[in-house]
Amino acid sequence: MVAFTLNGQKRELALDGETPLLWALREHLQLTGTKFGCGVASCGACTVHIDGAPVRSCITPLSMIEGRSVTTIEGLSPDGSHPLQKAWVAEQVPQCGYCQSGQIMQAAALLARNKAPTREQIVEHMDGNICRCGTYLHIISAIQRAAREA
Amino acid sequence: MNTRLNRRHFLGTAVAGLTFALTVADGGLELIGESRAAESGLAPNLWLTIGADDTITIVSPAAELGQGSWTSLPLILAEELDADWSKVKLAQPPVWDPKKYGNPEYGGVMSTTSSFAVRGYFKPMRVAGAQARRVLIDAAAAKWGVPAGELTTEPNVVVHKASGRRLRYGEIAAFASVPAELPKIADSDLKPAASFRLIGKDFDRVDVPAKVRGAAKYAMDAQVPGMVYAAVLQSPYQGGAPQEVDDTKARAISGITDVVKLPSGVGVIGTSVEATQAAKLLLKVTWSGTLAASYDSEKVLDEFAAIARDKSREGVEYAKTGDAGAAMQGAAKVMRAEFRTRHVYHAQMEPMNATASVAADGKSAELWVGTQGPSGLVAEVAGLLQTEPGNITVHQHWVGGGYGRRSQNEVITDAVRLSKAVGKPVKLIWSREDDMRGGKFRPSTLQYIEAGLDANGKIVAWHHRVVSESVTTYMAAARGGTPPKTDQIVMKGTPVPMYGIPNKRAEHVVELRGARLAALRGVGNAPNAFAIEGFLDEIAQATGKDPLSIRLELTAGAPRMAHLLRTVVEMSDWHRKRDGRGLGIGLMEKDDTLAAGVAEVSVDRRTGKIKVHNFWAAIDPGIVVQPRNVAAQTQGSIVWALGHVLREQITIKAGHVQQSNFPDYEVMRMSDVPNIEVKVVSTDNKPTGAGEDGAPLVAAAVGNAVASLTGVRLRELPFSPDRVKGALGA
Repeated sequence: MVAFTLNGQKRELALDGETPLLWALREHLQLTGTKFGCGVASCGACTVHIDGAPVRSCITPLSMIEGRSVTTIEGLSPDGSHPLQKAWVAEQVPQCGYCQSGQIMQAAALLARNKAPTREQIVEHMDGNICRCGTYLHIISAIQRAAREA
Repeated sequence: MNTRLNRRHFLGTAVAGLTFALTVADGGLELIGESRAAESGLAPNLWLTIGADDTITIVSPAAELGQGSWTSLPLILAEELDADWSKVKLAQPPVWDPKKYGNPEYGGVMSTTSSFAVRGYFKPMRVAGAQARRVLIDAAAAKWGVPAGELTTEPNVVVHKASGRRLRYGEIAAFASVPAELPKIADSDLKPAASFRLIGKDFDRVDVPAKVRGAAKYAMDAQVPGMVYAAVLQSPYQGGAPQEVDDTKARAISGITDVVKLPSGVGVIGTSVEATQAAKLLLKVTWSGTLAASYDSEKVLDEFAAIARDKSREGVEYAKTGDAGAAMQGAAKVMRAEFRTRHVYHAQMEPMNATASVAADGKSAELWVGTQGPSGLVAEVAGLLQTEPGNITVHQHWVGGGYGRRSQNEVITDAVRLSKAVGKPVKLIWSREDDMRGGKFRPSTLQYIEAGLDANGKIVAWHHRVVSESVTTYMAAARGGTPPKTDQIVMKGTPVPMYGIPNKRAEHVVELRGARLAALRGVGNAPNAFAIEGFLDEIAQATGKDPLSIRLELTAGAPRMAHLLRTVVEMSDWHRKRDGRGLGIGLMEKDDTLAAGVAEVSVDRRTGKIKVHNFWAAIDPGIVVQPRNVAAQTQGSIVWALGHVLREQITIKAGHVQQSNFPDYEVMRMSDVPNIEVKVVSTDNKPTGAGEDGAPLVAAAVGNAVASLTGVRLRELPFSPDRVKGALGA
């Protein structure tokens, strides 16, 4: 049994502590906004926040989140109104869109601690998140827009 | 192809009552339910329903892979219908019936590939929209007792100017019925381009809001009551069948219920993703030997080179202008060049997966998938289950990257086999390692080009020989069909119609080695343009020209291409010298779409690392439906190809793929991406594709820029640091 807070709600899961958080979220809790991309923390598609910090849920065992607070893309805002989500729409960032939950969660962690990141800081912070459609320049623009408009 | 036939098809088909009940609800491509559909009033043809509430539901026939077709195709219909775009809702085709919704320019099938969606559906969707508009006008004319000719439309409104009367489309739908014989639409009934109100203006993509909330549903997200999970250990090479299977350790994993032999893999069924993935790794399987079991990707290229040089090895002629053989004989000088390109991998972010539920009698199935080819899938699964296509239900999803990979359905058919075997819905997920080791790659090619020059250095003969395996043969074999004579996937780009060379020949020497292959965004155009454009620069140098002057000369009879060339010259400030940096040009033609690019690079001679600082591109795909999206697609395809050019490569030894995941197959990341500027040039030509046209520019322009900077011609892809270092002799 693992007890934690998920998107602001107390949850308990009767799963093995070794279960990766990613699969617990996706297949046991049906929160499928968090994506499976590589399973080895190399692409960032599965990024969620644990106590506000971005982590790769594919390599995070449930035992590590006992008593902690997990935020997924579904919990980032109630209605898609987070400044990054609005900026993502304004800049028309997504193409296939599969990586974008992870991109937005990664970016949200940056803006939470740095309200006005430089381009270099954005690139450094985002470099672990792959977008195979090649939307990187749009992602940079969207993060800059969110920082500006937040 | 035969647009008339297609048009007659739906012109002659009045659709009574309700046609479809699928739409984009919130995040997914979900059922909206019969009650909602029952509100719908009027379905003038197969492509749309007009609701009494004034909403217009338009069928979007292409898969949405991220290329934006879900927005651009309905917009084309809405243009001719004179619809209020804010009232438009989108629907999936109610049936995956190619006779109804097939792409008339793509063999009449429903296949979202080759950047053919706008190209193929432009005309049918315009005609459908114009026809529906006519039905609405006729109904209003009859109600008001005025000649139809006195009526006009504004967005979603029929107007009788003389009397000031107005009826909204929804109001008409409430009383109108579809005539037994639908109005005929001639080309002259369609809007002139100058009157376009939607086409050519940028609209937000319909799929974006759900994609930023994590609400967009991909096949990987399917949740079906009672489903179990599956993982598959695949044969390392094409065609290997499982022989001895030791599943003792796999079955010992908690939650594993079944182990099932597949034609070219072994499936593990269980109650969770974790259990099945772990158990799969514990299987011990021996595989039958095939030709592919000894495949060595490096050795094959050496063999291809020997074949390319051996003129007795005639290939399949792909394209021909004049008589290249005779002109080559008569040439004052013949130049030759060889280039090599290696396997690359799609690396679509959503690993291959499928959920299938086969009925107890084995004669019907439901599939939850993201596929580029739904109508082909229905036929394939119907064949597998020996049942009628009507018994196969496909739930199409947003596709988490296609790029050609999701035109092949082997994961879906494996899920069907597994569901049938265990009698439950099965969700089959490939890990990234499965996806890479079981990848279907761009074929390795040996590019051999000869050019005959006259006494003035003018190119009078051009002979491009490509030696490679055939993708279309491989794909046809996988489906049990007959391969076409020529392989467009490998050979696109070789005819170089934009270059005024009087005698040209493109020839494909097809070898069979057993690699698993697929179309891959940019297809043959990318390897071929690398060779063609690199060789052109070499000819320029040998004949006292420069990269720009030789291309201006060769494109003198191709004004659209010449315009793009001048455009990128201006964008890049081509004539300005830059310290420590080189510029290179690449041009390409793919299925009538034209593009030009200039790369600006520097090279670290110590490490061999190429840095691309800037990339300027211009594209002319004819009439542009969504300019901002075309720019985004072009930019994205440049980033995509940069990976293939700078470092991505799949190597195969003894039939085994050597790479397994992103740490050893390194795609482009944010820090790799240069400044990219794209100019979209809309011309009054038939709209052609725009989903991948930046890709072929990259190896060409970057290779030429490196040669211009260093004097060294890179002849092999990728330009990985070790290879560049070797070429520079550092």
